[in-house]
Amino acid sequence: MRAEQISVFLENKAGRLAEVAAILTEADVNIRALALADTSDFGVLRLIVNDNQKAIQALKNRGFTVSKTDVVAVEVEDRPGGLNRILDILHQAGINVEYMYAFVQHSGKNAVMIFKIDAIDEAIKLLQKNNVTVIEGSKVYTM
Amino acid sequence: MILDIGFETMPREDLEAIILRRLKATINRVYANVPFYRKKFEENHIMPKDIKSLEDLKQIPFTTKADLRDNYPFGMFAVPMDNVVRIHASSGTTGQPTAVGYTARDINTWAELMARALAAGGATRGDIIHNAYGYGLFTGGLGVHYGAEKLGASVIPVSGGNTKRQIIIMKDFGPTILAATPSYTLHLAEVAEEMGVSFHDLKFKFGIFGAEPWSENMRQEIEHKLNITAVDIYGLSEIMGPGVAIECHEAKKGLHIFEDHFIPEIIDPETEEVLPYGETGELVFTTITKEAFPVIRYRTRDITSLNPEPCICGRTHIRMNRVTGRTDDMLIIRGVNVFPSQIESVLMEMDEVEPYYQLVVDREGNLDTLTVLVEVGERLFSDEVKVLQNMERKISNNIKEYLGVSAKVKLVEPKVIARSQGKAVRVIDNRKI
Repeated sequence: MRAEQISVFLENKAGRLAEVAAILTEADVNIRALALADTSDFGVLRLIVNDNQKAIQALKNRGFTVSKTDVVAVEVEDRPGGLNRILDILHQAGINVEYMYAFVQHSGKNAVMIFKIDAIDEAIKLLQKNNVTVIEGSKVYTM
Repeated sequence: MILDIGFETMPREDLEAIILRRLKATINRVYANVPFYRKKFEENHIMPKDIKSLEDLKQIPFTTKADLRDNYPFGMFAVPMDNVVRIHASSGTTGQPTAVGYTARDINTWAELMARALAAGGATRGDIIHNAYGYGLFTGGLGVHYGAEKLGASVIPVSGGNTKRQIIIMKDFGPTILAATPSYTLHLAEVAEEMGVSFHDLKFKFGIFGAEPWSENMRQEIEHKLNITAVDIYGLSEIMGPGVAIECHEAKKGLHIFEDHFIPEIIDPETEEVLPYGETGELVFTTITKEAFPVIRYRTRDITSLNPEPCICGRTHIRMNRVTGRTDDMLIIRGVNVFPSQIESVLMEMDEVEPYYQLVVDREGNLDTLTVLVEVGERLFSDEVKVLQNMERKISNNIKEYLGVSAKVKLVEPKVIARSQGKAVRVIDNRKI
């Protein structure tokens, strides 16, 4: 039930993000979700795309440092308290969320969020037990 | 003031006789006591008795930093450890450090020469000396300290750092002589200004600055900002420490080398030929009174020239001009010697780091800054920012721990560091000295 995210190291300077976007365009890769975490010197771009292999190859060919990370895509009810409920479940179990970001596309009526969690399998089990929909990787990439 | 009129103003002819006598004694001693020199002499078919004139020194091969490293730590000592009372070492415990030793007589000689140097720079026994050179393995702090005491001045052993406290001490104790690196001095001036303290209200008259290259422009800036007379001092631990050569405050035009203890030569670093006076090349020293750690024709890697013209101060000792550069890749950052290879070995000890790095040296305000650019490869990369930030800190801490120099570490994308002819450009020095 895991999904794969690709992470790209970027220096914090003008034009780097644009270059990544251009490379992915050239490779005909569609970005499904993204988040950028940055410091004054560098940033880490996290991407969910429709074709990981193609994206990684294209970025590596152009000299970027890229890695794959397992994340969880979770349906979140699109109403007040929707995210809170999920965070609560994880918090009660003592599971730490490293970071998260939102998906552009909805799944039916629900929003979709990407979670980076260390205890990933445990979290998936726990969420499913609490009737939270965890979306399979292959589905996420083509949503 | 000339502290030792007898030696410092000795007619050249008499001085050269003493130099030759001391040189012969040193050659005899290293041949007898240091296997490294004996082997080197024998390989070149030189016997101590072959050294009959100062000219004959040219026959003897050079000693290099690599030789000192090969014999690390105590292989070059010419006396048993029983007679060694002090050990100093060059910066860095990784890479290739060098250690030097002193007998009680060496320490006394050093103190005397340093006292001469302080006197040449304007100090007298009535002065209070604010000594902001670092105390420790580095020779700067203790060298100046012993010289100040030998002169009979009062010394404040304040060492480096804790700048605000230094300013308060300057206000409270009223020191009249400042001994520090030129870049730290300008930093002191800045901090004083921030604290609302004017150097014009302090009691400083003279400053003795060295341990790093500086320029005439910096001298003018220091003299103007601190309202003092500033002189240049030269030394290196392999020869003794600070006090090998000093500018007199009367002329401020080149540094008198204490020739009754050190023989200078200038060589072409490529051909290794000795160059005539006035020509610029690599400075080479032979010590002629050191007991524990004598060196014969040691290549300092410092670039300068010698000036034999008589000086208005009355000293007859030859002058060396300002050091204008190095023949190797050594950097001096806030008085600390740093070789790129030392940074490299710190990085290579960390599994995550790839061998692509670059050192960028800048002068921000008046302080030298070292930035180490490290390329982020797959082993180092993480999708979590805090992991990357921790790595920056870890590299920076290791550099500080091993080399004693503060460096900012900056992670960069692969291939950012320019590679020329397959070999990376390791150092970018943006300082305008």
